Amino acid sequence: MKILVPVKRVVDYNVKVRVKPDGSDVDLANVKMSMNPFDEIAVEEAVRLKEAGVATEVVVVSAGVANCQETLRTAMAIGADRGILIQTDVELQPLAVAKLLQAVCAKEQPQIVLCGKQAIDDDANQTGQMLAGLLGWPQATFASKLVVAGQQATVTREIDGGLETVEVVLPAVVTTDLRLNEPRYATLPNIMKAKRKPLETTNPAALGVDVAPRLKTLKAAEPPKRSAGIKVADAADLVLKLKTEAKVI
Amino acid sequence: MAILVIAEHDNSSIKAATLNTVTAATKLGGEIHLLVAGSDCADAAAAAARISGVGKVLLVDAPHYAAQSPENVAALVVGMAAGYSHLLAAATTVGKNCMPRVAALLDVAQISEISGVESPDTFVRPIYAGNVVATVQSADPVKVITVRATAFEAAGEGGSAAIETAPAGADLGLSRLLGRELTKSERPELTAAKVIVSGGRGMGNGENFHRLLEPLADKLGAALGASRAAVDAGFVPNDYQVGQTGKIVAPQLYIAVGISGAIQHLAGMKDSKIIVAINKDAEAPIFQVADYGLVADLFEVVPALQAELG
Repeated sequence: MKILVPVKRVVDYNVKVRVKPDGSDVDLANVKMSMNPFDEIAVEEAVRLKEAGVATEVVVVSAGVANCQETLRTAMAIGADRGILIQTDVELQPLAVAKLLQAVCAKEQPQIVLCGKQAIDDDANQTGQMLAGLLGWPQATFASKLVVAGQQATVTREIDGGLETVEVVLPAVVTTDLRLNEPRYATLPNIMKAKRKPLETTNPAALGVDVAPRLKTLKAAEPPKRSAGIKVADAADLVLKLKTEAKVI
Repeated sequence: MAILVIAEHDNSSIKAATLNTVTAATKLGGEIHLLVAGSDCADAAAAAARISGVGKVLLVDAPHYAAQSPENVAALVVGMAAGYSHLLAAATTVGKNCMPRVAALLDVAQISEISGVESPDTFVRPIYAGNVVATVQSADPVKVITVRATAFEAAGEGGSAAIETAPAGADLGLSRLLGRELTKSERPELTAAKVIVSGGRGMGNGENFHRLLEPLADKLGAALGASRAAVDAGFVPNDYQVGQTGKIVAPQLYIAVGISGAIQHLAGMKDSKIIVAINKDAEAPIFQVADYGLVADLFEVVPALQAELG
């Protein structure tokens, strides 16, 4: 069984982003980039499925600028077998990415596409669901547990009120939540080995996909800042202030 | 043109976030129709008809909507989409699951988790864990939108919309619900609570959560929340999580206990009216957003606080 894992290159989660002085967009110049944390969980899960003998091959795919190669190498250092880079300088929105992945699925015929549930840059939380819709496949989003047996996957999902378990027929799209696993650190030998793994480069035109953005960002701004309030002396002081000043209890 | 809001419900009542979504829809202009797709869900439809601002309730009642699977519901919504300018759902785990599938099948973008409506085609939405607010414009013929519930008031009661039965779509049979384990609690739901008591890694363990925070929450009639660190450490279940990847809350009062205040956590609670932080580390970033900060050992302060509340 082949598993396809899309990975996105995003601003590192520790970076506090700033908007450009003209307010047109987020300033990404000279900012540290990393693999989207949810995608890292997806890569880890796919590699574990391979180690468990369930999957035979783990293919990672990334769409974006040439530097996405680094993200693919990171995924291969975790244990993915090969990478596909869909290279473009166009701003890619979730629908475009889903269409690119649909084209890759037509070629690669994976049984499971394992995606991160959302990217921490645009916080869209769309691509996996869109891909499942385009392919007409079932979807199991926000997975905290994944069990694959035969032609079915049983997925425990994180939902607002607790947990839900669904059974989906393969092929299917599964998106990862935080508690699915804890990704391993890539070891130096594996990082070296990843450099020699196959990495194929293609582009949206070759895949026959129109990636023109559908949404236009008119402006980006920093939200109004909350200013720090006051320090209170003790519990009694706090309760007094909440009652008389803030009037919230 | 009319606007279709996909109601979230448990077949007998409407979930609170749908009320906020209806308010967002009223800002778009156009008659609002509310879709209640479920199984034996006439009670939910009746409740939907009472929501103020709703022009018509569309009731689709069939066994294969019992679990409201995204595959079946998305196919249904796509089939009904003609004639609507906007399709909206709350940005809950249900709405987030279903709506992108709808958008893709209609070949349009989705505008995720809007926090404001500038005009019928222009919306405000937080990105980068709420550190940036983007204004985006959609040129698509139909706008598929999820709504951040805390950014809009809840619609009131008092409506008396007509309930119209609409035909069910096909059962795609792509997935099957095996079961739900819902956290049972007498406390208010996190996203609807007026007061939230939230614990972080500083709580030390799950037992302390139970022993210290639960009585305090009960005293305040509060919901219990947690930071991702506390969830990752296994103190409490994930559905307690407040933050970028958990729940977005905006209560009147948010009491953060033993939470350092990572940006991912702040993303989930910084719109609260009053924030109280209790942490023994005076340098903790949570104090930068707190209205009232108390630098002290939570193991002493929380019982004292409870005693003060009488």
